[in-house]
Amino acid sequence: MKHLRSIAEIGPDAVRRLLDLTDTMVEVNQRANPRVPALRGKTVCNLFFEDSTRTRLSFETAAKRLSADVMTFNVSTSSVNKGESLRDTIETIAAMGVDAFVIRHRSSGVPWQVSRWTTASIVNGGDGWHAHPTQALLDAYTVRTALGRTGGLEGVRVTVVGDIRHSRVARSDVEVFTMLGADVTLVAPATLLPPVPPAPATDDLDSVIEKTDVLYLLRMQRERMTEALVPSLREYSARFGLTAARAARLPDHALVMHPGPMNRGVEILVDPAELPGAVITQQVANGVAVRMAVLFDLLGSGREMEEAA
Amino acid sequence: MTTLVIRGGTVLDRTGERRADVLVADGVVRDVGSGLGDADTVLDATGCVVTPGFVDLHTHLREPGREEAETIETGSRAAALGGYTAVVAMPNTDPPQDARGVVEFVRAQGEAAGLCEVLPAGCITIGRAGEQLAPFAELVDAGVRIFTDDGNGVQDPLLMRRAMEYSLGLDMVLAQHCEVSRLTQGAVMHEGRCCSELGLPGWPAVAEELMVHRDIELARLTGARIHLLHLSTARSVELVRAAKADGLRVTAEVSPHHLALTDEALRGYDPVFKVNPPLRTADDIAALKAGLADGTIDAIATDHAPHPPEDKERPLDDAPPGMLGLETALGVALAVLDLPLADVVAALSWKPAAIAGVADRHGTPIHPGNPANLVVFDPGVRWQVQPARLASRSRNTPYVGMDLRGRVRHTVLRGEPVVIDGTAQR
Repeated sequence: MKHLRSIAEIGPDAVRRLLDLTDTMVEVNQRANPRVPALRGKTVCNLFFEDSTRTRLSFETAAKRLSADVMTFNVSTSSVNKGESLRDTIETIAAMGVDAFVIRHRSSGVPWQVSRWTTASIVNGGDGWHAHPTQALLDAYTVRTALGRTGGLEGVRVTVVGDIRHSRVARSDVEVFTMLGADVTLVAPATLLPPVPPAPATDDLDSVIEKTDVLYLLRMQRERMTEALVPSLREYSARFGLTAARAARLPDHALVMHPGPMNRGVEILVDPAELPGAVITQQVANGVAVRMAVLFDLLGSGREMEEAA
Repeated sequence: MTTLVIRGGTVLDRTGERRADVLVADGVVRDVGSGLGDADTVLDATGCVVTPGFVDLHTHLREPGREEAETIETGSRAAALGGYTAVVAMPNTDPPQDARGVVEFVRAQGEAAGLCEVLPAGCITIGRAGEQLAPFAELVDAGVRIFTDDGNGVQDPLLMRRAMEYSLGLDMVLAQHCEVSRLTQGAVMHEGRCCSELGLPGWPAVAEELMVHRDIELARLTGARIHLLHLSTARSVELVRAAKADGLRVTAEVSPHHLALTDEALRGYDPVFKVNPPLRTADDIAALKAGLADGTIDAIATDHAPHPPEDKERPLDDAPPGMLGLETALGVALAVLDLPLADVVAALSWKPAAIAGVADRHGTPIHPGNPANLVVFDPGVRWQVQPARLASRSRNTPYVGMDLRGRVRHTVLRGEPVVIDGTAQR
């Protein structure tokens, strides 16, 4: 695997390989000293053109636990604000010797553009509305672990609720869950769906909630109100929020997930701590292990990992 | 003045097709027949077609204002190499072509370059801001025939109605960029399956079709003559077909890229494929081709839109729309269209010449006494575009790697060879 820019691009074999490798990384993370020399001498550059504390910290932690050197470059302190082009930024940093760029950008497709200008590996840390493949992998891993699966997710009914149109998490999660054999249903008003939805869609959450093994809530952004996409947050919550009544109708084994940060009182109207199926903190914990697996798969070799383990 | 003979080709114009040599002197066709000789310059046309020069209704020459992308000279050279003897220079310059001085500057730069006739278009509204009508009569006096705010559609229906009414007594045509901008805010590509997967904001077909419909109805109301720029959707073609059947004075154009490429081209996130209106679907292409075939669409117009590499390397949502077209239009048209050659040339030459108001000197039959604005091209030769060898100052061609068919060999402007054997002479 040269890049991780989207789930579709790497395909099902690589997805399963990365999920299996994540098991190993989870084991590393449970050690007293969770650090292995697998990527010693490798340099990972986190290039964040858009604010993201949790994804950036997750990638930094992952790289450090594999003993890679980490550079982090935030747009707010960068020369991009001085008019430097994206290409010049990439070529300048690449010249310092970078093995992998982790890129987050508000514009869809930037990881593909960047990969034309450098020989380094590209990890997509989130591009526009398009893709967030490491989030998808950590979500798939979280579901697989929580449901006690070892292979795929055949027959698992995943319900994704919320602003799918503007969500890179939704696009990548639908790809990964579908690829692993799950049955994905989208729940949103048509205003919050892409013109051609990637999975069957409904605007009636109550009709699917009892047929849900995994309930995936997306973040509802307040600015959507001004774009006439929903009449009000109140109406959104009433139709699409996880209320106590809806939570009570979920099957006992059902998982509740959210990519964070949560809008309490909007998409989630119950305390997740009181939901037995909530795995939201596990998602965050698994994020580090999944990103270790990704970086190792891109930059490491099997031999080094065996030695490390 | 020198004399010139084009020898051994097939002459094709709106009166028909025949094997003949063409003798040119003093800027006009002197004789058409076999065995013509004794001229200062002999242009070989063996295996080639000799037709009236092409007329592009839609060229962005970028000067004044964006000379790093193109100048009137470099754009004129690209035009000549593409077989054009006249191009309509779109008015979205800086300053915009909304006053006599700017229009005269553009025309003068075109004359100075001497590679093709540059026909400045005028703005419909001052500054293309969509608020106040530009001085139509003053600009018509300065020779302007086509008025457009291209790049922007005129959003205000009242203002468009007034523009049509005011134009009635003047020798001019209003050319609309059909886009209801409220429906395309932030749009990057065609709204459909591909944009859904790529996570890019969509430009819905209806945003074009609503304005096509509105302007057709306003033309019905006012009786004005209108031209619809770069149509891209199947439904737009249907609307224009119906308008023509009703006898309205409506003409329309299509760009080569809307006949050759679909939204699938954006899958690699390369902004060179970003264009406005966007690349659409195979169904739209089929409808546009059918529209050309039955005459619903009058002209092939390039929408030649140069942008420097640094602009086309910006993120897709931030990169400017537009692609080069002048040097590839013929090659693309012949590669993708399944039409008689005469119909393709009609859409490149005499039909747009009539719309641009230059049918007295461009697109004229190759008959003795007519102006010698001519192109000689090999309709069968296959070739691929080499971006570094383009005459345009920019490199944003979307046709790299595509097999094109048909290439210009010679171009003659007012009796002078400005391109000989594919090489610009100035």
